[in-house]
Amino acid sequence: MSVKKLSAKAFNKWVDVCVQEHCVYGVQAKNDRFAFGPLARGVDLRLDYDVTILPPKKYLQPPSEALLKFNKEAEYESITEVEPFVIFGIHPYDIVAISQMDKVFSADNGDIHYMKRREQATLVAVDVQNASDNVFAGSMGTAVVDEGFDILLTRLKDSYLIDIRTEKGEALMKHTKKAEDATEADLKLRQQVQEDNKALLNKHELLTAPQELPALLNQSLDHPVWKEKAELCYSCGSCNLVCPTCYCFDVEDDVDWSLDEGVRRRKWDGCMLAEFAAVAGGHNFRRHREDRYRHRYYRKGRYIHERYGDIACVGCGRCITACTANIANPVEIYNRLREDH
Amino acid sequence: MKEPHVCESKSDIYLPEPATVLQVKPMTRLETYFKFKLNSGKPLGHRPGQFVQVSLPGIGEAPISISSSPTRGASFDMVVRNVGNVSGAMHKLRSVDRVGIRGPFGTEFPVDEMKGKDVLLICGGIGLVPVRSVIQYILDNREDYGRIMILIGTKTSADRLFIEEIKEWRRVKNITLLETVDHRDENWSGIEGVITMLLPLVKVNPSETVAVVCGPPIMYKFVIVQLQKMKVPDAEIYVSLERHMKCGVGKCGHCQINQFYVCQEGPVFKFSDISDIEEAIE
Repeated sequence: MSVKKLSAKAFNKWVDVCVQEHCVYGVQAKNDRFAFGPLARGVDLRLDYDVTILPPKKYLQPPSEALLKFNKEAEYESITEVEPFVIFGIHPYDIVAISQMDKVFSADNGDIHYMKRREQATLVAVDVQNASDNVFAGSMGTAVVDEGFDILLTRLKDSYLIDIRTEKGEALMKHTKKAEDATEADLKLRQQVQEDNKALLNKHELLTAPQELPALLNQSLDHPVWKEKAELCYSCGSCNLVCPTCYCFDVEDDVDWSLDEGVRRRKWDGCMLAEFAAVAGGHNFRRHREDRYRHRYYRKGRYIHERYGDIACVGCGRCITACTANIANPVEIYNRLREDH
Repeated sequence: MKEPHVCESKSDIYLPEPATVLQVKPMTRLETYFKFKLNSGKPLGHRPGQFVQVSLPGIGEAPISISSSPTRGASFDMVVRNVGNVSGAMHKLRSVDRVGIRGPFGTEFPVDEMKGKDVLLICGGIGLVPVRSVIQYILDNREDYGRIMILIGTKTSADRLFIEEIKEWRRVKNITLLETVDHRDENWSGIEGVITMLLPLVKVNPSETVAVVCGPPIMYKFVIVQLQKMKVPDAEIYVSLERHMKCGVGKCGHCQINQFYVCQEGPVFKFSDISDIEEAIE
């Protein structure tokens, strides 16, 4: 594939055509913050955003997703129709998170509901232009990416570099005739942007290499930090909801007014919520906040790693921002464990 | 560029297949026995100790242990305690009603590795429900196994399950079957006390014995300590653990015990595999 270049003006026109030709979700301003939403006009796209409130995960694993139709005769049928769509403006750390989700949902018992959506999605990534207050992607090795997307955009002074990696990416590029080949000088500029981002996207500095986290956690089961932080936890699950690598779900039946048929849905769930590990009959296997709080960090830093080989934290910093009790900074926790180790 | 991971499976892991209720029989105040058959006529294909997800349209889905041995034909049994949405609604099922079934899921009691050995089965309360699948399997292959010791504990005599079947089990050669109730009443003249009281009453040859433990969460640590005192090796103790298994296929995250998913690496665990896992045994 190839790296192309579009002037800022031609870029906006290209996005306008993309929006007319495809179902496009893009980053837009939402009051004083940013969010992915249906994109109507190229001019609304805000690729200079710092971080979105929710990660783009919401289009691949929707908050409420129909899995099956059923009727009262207990006949069940899969729902898998998904129209093609484009997500415009995904930061590198969120691309890494999506690659992790791909692994989870394709491994072992493959999940056709996730994979259908994933197949229909075109991912347009963008190198970060403004660092958010709590990002630490630099520490997690996720400030830049070289795979997992269909197109990667990089803002240069008056233009965008467009790195096209797949046929889906090529298909989008058919909507402009203004693209030129990127020059050696352009690629050097891009490299500089990416090198700078590794340093800039590091508002909290993790003092240990991410791959050391499983071993560090392994030795920190009884560390006082779990209880100390958990005592302030509201068990609200906000850290779960905004996390790009949280994918746990609950399943519910929604019955139609007719009472003859209905839809089985999966809905986002969170391991910090009090009832997450409760079973019928009332026994709760993680009834203390401390158990749930520690579980979340162990799942991110150790359990997922053992199962899939990934550290399930990409350094987006959304949990830090979302936590009303100010106890959800993973870097603070991990540095503390390291200090006391 | 790596293409996104390809999902090998073309079938839907969440899609239940239709099954029909063949028989319903109340067992206690809270527990009811059900016999099911897949509408396809095919056997479920389960192994002793595995579970299925039972779907009731509009109510939802719940993980339920299979209580019968695969040696007993194409139908399969469950005994359900009326404690949740699905289990509650199941108590309104009548024969010929239809449900959805996914599975079987999870690990099995190691009925092959047990061959040639004595088997000690320790069942608290509805822990007898999944263990019954092993007992039936052993009885149907009786010559493959050594001595069978079945220890059963319930809260009261009114909570006893499979009363008629237990009478038959007692009659089988080389079976020791002991029952206790936590609280004796006018309907019980047998042993009174918690299930650990039964262990000293059986003669166990620790080097020749495989132990199976299934019961309420509180029971495990007390039983296991006693088995260890009796010198049964941790690698010969199997436990079946309960957790909230929402999806049954290792995705939803609810049944996690540290790095394990109970629906995948369990529900039957070799105790030596989980003895240093802090969330496993309460």
